[in-house]
Amino acid sequence: MSTTTMSTEQTGAGTASTTGPARTGPTTGTATDGTAAGPVTPTLLRLATAGSVDDGKSTLIGRLLHDTKSVLADQLAAVEDASRRRGWTGELADLALLTDGLRAEREQGITIDVAYRYFATAERSYVLADTPGHVQYTRNTVTGASTADVVVVLVDARNGVVEQTRRHLAVAALLRVPHVVVALNKIDLVEDPQRVHEQVAADLADVARALSGAVPPVVPLSALRGDNVVHASEETPWYAGPTLLALLESLPPARDLQHDGFRMPVQLVIRPQHGARDATHVDYRGYAGLITSGTVEVGDRVTIAGSGRATTVAGIDLDRSGVQRAEAGLSVTLRLSEDVDVSRGDLLAAGDVPSPSDSFSAVLCWLSERPLRAGSRVLIKHGTRTVQARVTAVRDRLDISTLEHEPADQAELNDLVRVDLDLAQALPVEAYLTSRTGGAFIVIDPQDATTLAAGMVDDPERP
Amino acid sequence: MTTPVQDPHAVDTARRHPDLLDALESEALHIIREVVGELERPVMLFSGGKDSVVMLHLAAKALWPAPVPFPVLHVDTGHNFPEVLQFRDAAVEHYGVQLYVASVQDYLDDGRLQERSDGTRNPLQTLPLLDAIEEHRFDAVFGGGRRDEDKARAKERIVSLRNSFGHWDPKNQRPELWDLYNTRRRPGEHVRVFPLSNWTELDVWRYIAREGIALPTLYYAHEREVVERDGMLLSPGDWVHLGEGEESSVRTVRYRTVGDMSCTGAVASTACDVEAVIAEVAATTVTERGATRADDRLSEAAMEDRKKEGYF
Repeated sequence: MSTTTMSTEQTGAGTASTTGPARTGPTTGTATDGTAAGPVTPTLLRLATAGSVDDGKSTLIGRLLHDTKSVLADQLAAVEDASRRRGWTGELADLALLTDGLRAEREQGITIDVAYRYFATAERSYVLADTPGHVQYTRNTVTGASTADVVVVLVDARNGVVEQTRRHLAVAALLRVPHVVVALNKIDLVEDPQRVHEQVAADLADVARALSGAVPPVVPLSALRGDNVVHASEETPWYAGPTLLALLESLPPARDLQHDGFRMPVQLVIRPQHGARDATHVDYRGYAGLITSGTVEVGDRVTIAGSGRATTVAGIDLDRSGVQRAEAGLSVTLRLSEDVDVSRGDLLAAGDVPSPSDSFSAVLCWLSERPLRAGSRVLIKHGTRTVQARVTAVRDRLDISTLEHEPADQAELNDLVRVDLDLAQALPVEAYLTSRTGGAFIVIDPQDATTLAAGMVDDPERP
Repeated sequence: MTTPVQDPHAVDTARRHPDLLDALESEALHIIREVVGELERPVMLFSGGKDSVVMLHLAAKALWPAPVPFPVLHVDTGHNFPEVLQFRDAAVEHYGVQLYVASVQDYLDDGRLQERSDGTRNPLQTLPLLDAIEEHRFDAVFGGGRRDEDKARAKERIVSLRNSFGHWDPKNQRPELWDLYNTRRRPGEHVRVFPLSNWTELDVWRYIAREGIALPTLYYAHEREVVERDGMLLSPGDWVHLGEGEESSVRTVRYRTVGDMSCTGAVASTACDVEAVIAEVAATTVTERGATRADDRLSEAAMEDRKKEGYF
């Protein structure tokens, strides 16, 4: 099996000159092997923003949307109108209003829930999870970070690195978001922005060291004036780095942090039988799923984690056309050469195949108003399988700023706790540290079906 | 009209790395397969509009070569473009799915609903929709809504719970973590599922081009008699009557959205094929709802209010 999992991007690093007007149609590109390719569309990058109250997050998002030409005339007219009604006197409009969603949010001037925004350049399309800074802080940040390739953390230049900044970085580290970028906002409001930039970069290096993470790049910017967001600023001659958008354009894709063993949780067994619309498919049997890591090729040996039985990939179907090889991120249907017992909930794997475990330890981010206590019976959804489980012990709580452990025997809303779990049926879990997909699960209330917690497997085989 | 789906052009066997459309398609297939795997009685909303056509194409792809295992539901305002109804029926035939129709006209005829003073029937669709869900005990309803369409939709989950009244509570939504969707619900509740959540209008058109998906002809430039009203080009007929001083004229137009004919406007356009439409959409300066939906101009929160009550 090939071990290549990194996708090579169409764009190189530091392409500051390509950050101009967006929303272009399909462009003709060159494939990474140098041969001419047909029309290509951009790649997808998922980002989440994390900010505190009043650090200008909404303005920054509004600025990104506006300066990438992702705001259309009728939306801008509505925002200009709303800005005037609210006594806005600045030039342009109050771009923060672009991110207003629900009526209650407009009335109360707050953000209630995660909202999703879209903007695009010629190279990339961005899905931005806009997470509120104060209401249900941990719940929203964890939600945004769980799907993000990049977290953009805002720091107010007047305040520098504060407690909230440490929390953002800790959550990003805990969720293993591949990239963190710091937007040092409001540099127009401090006297010596260069000194502030140096200080913030040094403080962040300390925080990153404590969390054992990479030191994030810091972009000095003013969302209000548009400095260094999409367009490079003339106000910061001392800053030689990229604008925020140029930095986002140049980030390598997210799968680098994933191990490269093939994994595909089976969603459905596709057996048309006599329902087949084409008689040649009466005996078709395929296993549909999303490849979560690695690659798979026709002829590869794959193992059904659980039974441990191995089989060979006879075909990879994407709609009516077969492919030789498919990689992580693609939804496919696999045909297997031997007649094996595979159903929804099974995991097809190659490489270092995870063994099923019915007892493991994990970190939970508790998202419910009802506290968690040892002995609670819950449901766990991992991959495509949902099983009954019992929380046998709450071991300790993680400080959300430092991720250091402190004593606790229950979890309240927004707490991060380490727990031990016993399962009614073994699951092929992996440590979240080695796999963001194989180590993630959600906890569901068996009574009212609400989502109680986000879970990350700590030790897959607790003795 | 041609068949609803042409043969998809061949995909090279040495497939390139996943691009934006691959990522969006794979996400949608994953969502559809999760719902089919976990729920008993899904249904897909299908109007013949471009988003629902793309969604049905994705459903067929998710289950291929097995047939689409759930029915489709059209909430029919009675104010239809004839070519869209024809297209709807041909598509249903092509995919071999069962069609249910929830008719606003029936509700008006027997008094369960009253016509609005402004004549638009889009907001009237909620009751027939909820009744159909209850009558057929659907537990999952696929909708073609996209988060880029509206600020209330921007807050919507991919799998979104509706209570036993069909209501949406935007302030009390389940957190949606990784790609682990929680489709469980209590008796009487159902989930709305939006496989196209992360698609933009431009993505939809690029995908239509890539897959060779056929659409009702009115999405492409054609000559049509229209009357300009409040900056929108409406098609005069049974539901749009010329007012005093109004004159109609024949213009070259196309539709960006398809809905209640009485309040869905055309846009002046010469884009007569999918590539031309993509170029037009890429260069547009007005959102599709702002350009073509009178009902969404009603207030800042028109969509939010309708969604809370159970609208799609």
